Amino acid sequence: MPTASMTVNGKAVSGEVESRTLLVQFIRDKLGLTGTHVGCDTSQCGACVVHVNGKSVKSCTLLAVQAEGAKVTTIEGLANGGDLHPMQAAFRENHGLQCGFCTPGMVMSALDLVQQIPDPNEQQVREWLEGNICRCTGYQNIVKAIQAGAKAMRS
Amino acid sequence: MADSGIGARALRKEDHRFLTGQGHYTDDINVHGQLYAYFLRSPHAHAAIRKVDTGAASKSTGVVAVFTGADVAADKIGGLICGWTVTDRHGKPHKAPPHPILAHEKVRYVGDHVAVVIADTLTNAKDAAEKIEVDYDVLPAVVDVAKAMDAKAPQLHADTPQNLCYDWLLGDPAQVDAALAKSHHVAKLDLVNNRLIPNAMEPRAAIGEYDGGTDSYTCHSTSQNPHVLRLILCAFILGIPEHRVRVIAPDVGGGFGSKIFCYAEEVVCLWAAKKVRRPVKWTAERSESFLSDAHGRDHVTHVELGMDKDGKFTAMKVETLAAMGAYLSTFATCVPTYLYATLLAGQYTTPIISANVKAVFTNTAPVDAYRGAGRPEATYVVERIVEVAAREMKMDPAEIRRRNFVKPDQFPYQTPVALQYDSGNYAKALDDAMKLADYAGFASRKAEAAKRGKHRGIGFSAYIEACGIAPSAVVGSLGAGVGLWESAQIRFNPTGTAQVLTGSHSHGQGHETTLAQVVGDMLGLPIENITVVHGDTSQVPFGMGTYGSRSLAVGGSAAAKAADKIIAKGKKIAAHLLEASVDDITYAKGTFRVAGTDKTKSIGEIAFAAYVPHNYPKDLEPGLDETAFYDPANFTYPAGVHICEVEIDPDTGVTKIVNWAAVDDFGKVVNPMVVEGQVHGGIAQGIGQGLLEGCVYDKETGQLLTGSFMDYCMPRADDLPSFKVGMIETPCPHNPLGVKGCGEAGAIAAPPALVNAVTDALGIRHMEMPLTSERVWRTIHKMAAE
Repeated sequence: MPTASMTVNGKAVSGEVESRTLLVQFIRDKLGLTGTHVGCDTSQCGACVVHVNGKSVKSCTLLAVQAEGAKVTTIEGLANGGDLHPMQAAFRENHGLQCGFCTPGMVMSALDLVQQIPDPNEQQVREWLEGNICRCTGYQNIVKAIQAGAKAMRS
Repeated sequence: MADSGIGARALRKEDHRFLTGQGHYTDDINVHGQLYAYFLRSPHAHAAIRKVDTGAASKSTGVVAVFTGADVAADKIGGLICGWTVTDRHGKPHKAPPHPILAHEKVRYVGDHVAVVIADTLTNAKDAAEKIEVDYDVLPAVVDVAKAMDAKAPQLHADTPQNLCYDWLLGDPAQVDAALAKSHHVAKLDLVNNRLIPNAMEPRAAIGEYDGGTDSYTCHSTSQNPHVLRLILCAFILGIPEHRVRVIAPDVGGGFGSKIFCYAEEVVCLWAAKKVRRPVKWTAERSESFLSDAHGRDHVTHVELGMDKDGKFTAMKVETLAAMGAYLSTFATCVPTYLYATLLAGQYTTPIISANVKAVFTNTAPVDAYRGAGRPEATYVVERIVEVAAREMKMDPAEIRRRNFVKPDQFPYQTPVALQYDSGNYAKALDDAMKLADYAGFASRKAEAAKRGKHRGIGFSAYIEACGIAPSAVVGSLGAGVGLWESAQIRFNPTGTAQVLTGSHSHGQGHETTLAQVVGDMLGLPIENITVVHGDTSQVPFGMGTYGSRSLAVGGSAAAKAADKIIAKGKKIAAHLLEASVDDITYAKGTFRVAGTDKTKSIGEIAFAAYVPHNYPKDLEPGLDETAFYDPANFTYPAGVHICEVEIDPDTGVTKIVNWAAVDDFGKVVNPMVVEGQVHGGIAQGIGQGLLEGCVYDKETGQLLTGSFMDYCMPRADDLPSFKVGMIETPCPHNPLGVKGCGEAGAIAAPPALVNAVTDALGIRHMEMPLTSERVWRTIHKMAAE
């Protein structure tokens, strides 16, 4: 079996995988980082979004071996000790989550948006979230949270 | 207390773990030694199973066992049940065909469970499943609810001629016909309530464990109601005593009704765990969710509404065909009857109403409660026909509604369809919604849009729902197999913090915060000092779970009753400590006081005294731990008015929702932030039904054509506007908190508001949901051609 080696949340990790093992399976099953979720099997829902080399990626769309040598950040890698990342805090303050299942993907996706557009307007946020499905919130408070999180990150 | 008591926009206690990836959903849980289950599903909508050959699969790498319907039958495992008996118009119970957990002899829908492979890894289980050979004799299928009763339609089950599950009647159609005949005008409409696939973001999952040492079981499941699931698993299917089964529903990623029911997969995992003597885990892939989660809606209806010359409604007649799918799901039968026809009065004083509902089997996934469950279907019928009536009578849509509203001084109001509404102020919600929507300015906005070549329309929906489900004696008399009370326990610790254990279940609603607010408000504790526990039959008292917007109205009321008991006991302890008579002790916000003095004891001191009873009343039990059960006196009746404004581009057929104003009456609001979130999500699902979502089966083959997120259009962020949400508050008069429930309102209100707006924009009478851009474009171009 091939080995996949990468840096996840700042830690070097390595493990034997089947060549067909997806990155999300490696993260969840091998590393036990279950904050990254699987909500579909067609790369539509975005619950599995992580950062690979700084960019948001659906981790169900990548084989684990394709992330060889990459720097991966998952939702578990954001908070600094007990302190939430400003984007996480903004989701809480704006009630941007209900059941919490899509939330890790939403937060990771939002962070990539803010890298590209530091001060996104409502329409830009809504269009960016094309690849993230939420069934609970109607998105309104997610949009609000992302704009608030972006503002907090600018200051 | 102001920042976390009743009425406060308290931030949610549960959010930290979800935001940091530390939630525990069922698939996040791994049990030592676990195996993986993979289900082989039927590729045919209807077929006889001639033979299942599992030989090669059994020998495949890593396979521990392969089971089929024959193994289930050999072990005499019961089938899935339907827990609500509907009595038909002839006094007979509905047809309840067998629903085996693995198909035996016949498959009846695409996705029906044929066999299960249990292996050391999921990939090995999947690989082995491909080696199972099933010899099918494919039969003709019927998937269309309107065709299920046709003479030529194939019959799904023995002893169910015309695929008829029941033919049910409420009211007297002859009387209604007579009243319609005498009416000044009768508006008539045929409409379809499109089948939906719930699609909670977390797919269903289960882990079955068997402990041979104690002959006991544990089942982790994505359930909205773990005790009800345990009852069904034990008493009706597996025949295991309830006290030897623990069901845990940990963090659950949305339900919307689809996780109320007992499904084949969790039964199989539990049964198989004992057979293979190892834990068995199953997690649905999304495509399995599409195929096998209980779907929602799927009605075809004819409605007639009579009125006098002033537009006052005189009578309404409704005839509905409702799909049950291939088998009856857990509560399927009550949805198109007691949760549907009883709501057909809407907010109006229509004096007589009749409803005939024929429920039929089709070669499709089972249909059951989905957000709103019957009430969205009723509201769609009522609010569409009222709109058609307004247009035919050339009346303003707001005015025809206002003229027919139940007035505030008419409560309690007995409808002709069994329910007694308790409170409300429908005209006030309408007035507020019209202001919020700037209805007065609509004509000029429409004219301005027309100059740009766009069609603008506006649509109303004045909905009502029956929530707080439900008074046990009432539902029992209507055929329910369970009582619908709720339980709560408040367990103080010696140091003055408390646990609140609830029989309701949170899967996004925020109970860990709102129930803490209720109890904290009553007992003078900040919510940080309260932990709400739910979802584990070994921890919480027997409870009925969460659905039908019942958790606060019923579960919150139980918590309030338990808090009352804590206060009553606390007074006895305080009286002893303060050397006063119990009658002289007053209580407010966590402080017990000898009336008229400054002698006080805090609830923390009382809790300490109760657990360290060195100086304590002689005849009183130690401890501060009280349980209460609450059985509601009536349903609650949330109601409101939603107004939708759309702009349609005739070149593309795209409908843009440019304004959405909602004014809802949920009675007393515990946490406005959470309530607004529930409204947003509900509206989004309702817009999904109206604009985007539609489950489609191929009419010939019964293949599910909308079997993935690529084919089934879930609302995305850029499909929706920001909603304007307002509230009015007429407290529920019969529960201790005055609350009504808010979880389903948006999904109930939204579809007719949207369809009324689009048909108004296009100047047409009706159009079937979903109003996709293609359908709208074709309609516009067909009109132009004519």
